[in-house]
Amino acid sequence: MSHKIFIPRDTTTLALGGERVVTAVLKEAQARKLDIEIVRNGSRGISWLEPLIEVETATGRVAYGPVEPHDIAALFDTGFLNGNASHRLSLGDPEEIPYLKKQQRLTFARAGVIDPVSIEDYKAHGGFKGLDKSLTLTGQDIVDEVKASGLRGRGGAAFPTGIKWQTVHDCSADQKYIVCNADEGDSGTFADRLVMEADPLMLIEGMIISGLAVGATQGYIYLRSEYPVAHQVMNEAIANAYASGYLGGDIQGSGKAFNLEVRLGAAAYICGEETSLLESLEGKRGLVRFKPPLPAIEGLFGKPTVVNNVLSLAAVPFIMDKGSKAYADCGMGRSRGTLPFQLAGNLKQGGLVELAFGPTLRELIDDFGGGTESGLPMRAIQVGGPLGAYLPESQWDTPLDYEAFSAIGAVLGHGGIVVFDESVDMTEQARFSMEFCVAESCGKCTPCRIGSTRGVEVIDKIRSGNNVEANLALLDDLCETMIDGSLCAMGSMTPIPVKSAFQYFSEDIALANASSSVQAEAK
Amino acid sequence: MNDKAKWDPQAVQGIIASLQHKPGALLPILHGIQNALGYIPPDSVPMIADAIQQTRAEVHGVITFYHHFRLTPPGRIKLEVCRAEACQARGSRDLEFHVKEKLGIDYHQTTLDREFSLEPVYCLGNCACGPTIRVDDDIIGRITPEKFDLLVDELTTTALEIR
Repeated sequence: MSHKIFIPRDTTTLALGGERVVTAVLKEAQARKLDIEIVRNGSRGISWLEPLIEVETATGRVAYGPVEPHDIAALFDTGFLNGNASHRLSLGDPEEIPYLKKQQRLTFARAGVIDPVSIEDYKAHGGFKGLDKSLTLTGQDIVDEVKASGLRGRGGAAFPTGIKWQTVHDCSADQKYIVCNADEGDSGTFADRLVMEADPLMLIEGMIISGLAVGATQGYIYLRSEYPVAHQVMNEAIANAYASGYLGGDIQGSGKAFNLEVRLGAAAYICGEETSLLESLEGKRGLVRFKPPLPAIEGLFGKPTVVNNVLSLAAVPFIMDKGSKAYADCGMGRSRGTLPFQLAGNLKQGGLVELAFGPTLRELIDDFGGGTESGLPMRAIQVGGPLGAYLPESQWDTPLDYEAFSAIGAVLGHGGIVVFDESVDMTEQARFSMEFCVAESCGKCTPCRIGSTRGVEVIDKIRSGNNVEANLALLDDLCETMIDGSLCAMGSMTPIPVKSAFQYFSEDIALANASSSVQAEAK
Repeated sequence: MNDKAKWDPQAVQGIIASLQHKPGALLPILHGIQNALGYIPPDSVPMIADAIQQTRAEVHGVITFYHHFRLTPPGRIKLEVCRAEACQARGSRDLEFHVKEKLGIDYHQTTLDREFSLEPVYCLGNCACGPTIRVDDDIIGRITPEKFDLLVDELTTTALEIR
């Protein structure tokens, strides 16, 4: 009998030596003349336990992790192929691992369970049911269902998805497009990558349904070039979807068409902004466009275009299969459904945690994070990527909900949570935010392009103790100019991390001054 | 020297011809050329401009806008170090300092022996298990200065064996 072993092929597993584990398993099985089959699944998102391998037994799956190549011989010796739990790396039933069990997985239910590029596996786990149902409905019916679910864009701006679809639906045009924004450039976020590496057919299904809803026959996934593994998996899944008649000129004999292509970006953070992304897809510099016109009315190549984030589109198959109510029943206030929080930075137990909106930041970190990797106390948490605020401990009881975060001048964004321990120098972090804006500004508007360069200079003066009070006032003024005068979020939000770093961690200014005067004396 | 770095106008023309029909073809063309040659030879710019009916200045402007594209041949190994916040929180500032010192170059530079080109990258999506680097298409997590030294030894030893 052949033994089935699951070893993820996602970026994190590979980054931690997953390929060497595969080689070791193959070698050991060959030496022992055992018949095995290795399935390259995606990750369940328990990053800290990768490489996490699972074996299929008569009583279900059994997990082991984190596995290193030198563990393999001992794992075979203790009978891991039969699920023997005596090895120190045995984790038992993966679904019962508390980190996973405590989650509410709608979008990531299949992640790590299935072979990501297998149509059969996807269907066996409920895949394409949302599409099957959508094929029997009118475009307006689908738009109404998505509206009723309360789904909001997961890219950060949180615009209601159904309203955007309605606008595109109502436009008359010879060609419409569905564009998936897979340029997940925020530090601390990897949920999109996990969707594309663990369950890419769900994204494909969401895009086909979106096409049916608004009458678009061509889709593009704009994927960042920093994700080579996602690129590979996504392309395999698309090829399989074409081969089985889910993509192409006649979806499952319905007479309806949808074509899909992955387009690679080229390392420009700004192309995660939807209008820059469209410029880039058109083969231009990724300069931000003035709005209006909205992309929904004049988008890609001037045609009506749905631009949605990976997570928004990936939520659609669930909504169409289980109904808008099942989705809307999760969450709080106007934040409906679930959000995949991504625990990153200096934590022992980093990974993806999908929960309904509403827990506080502290609950999330306490329940899942396992403390800092360094063992030092936590000091600052940056939420929402490089344009998100650095929060001090006094704000960790804020509920994870768009409105609650906005009320404290912070952003939830794409749900990325980066923890820093007490060794962090917050004036250095503030400087980095400005420096990042210098590197990544598209250059179209002056407050962002010039303001960020001046911002680095002013912060350098403050850090070196040069006229601190006056330069702090100047920095404040500069930040206001960037907020009020920038064309898009890059320039108008860079001040958020900068201001929060100086506001909540002002004691670091004196530390920077002291260290700079020590350096000056040493010279 | 990198075999990829040989400038071959015919190969470039072939890549352009196979992609120029696509809507918004410029980025796919640039990716195609850089994948094949390791960089975009300046001499290919007029060929691209001609094929997609844009000016050379427009094509040049696109190449220089994106961090990924380069107009000069890279070293044999392209090394990217993640500079983003999640990796910073896990010690990437020390790692960056060490990498530059070990290779004797700064970002956007190539070692004199043309073994390594060093570039910054802002997030490889391995944020829970950083610091993270990318060696060509391989992403490697939890890199310490010690592990980096071992990796460099491994990469340069392999090169000698190939020769």
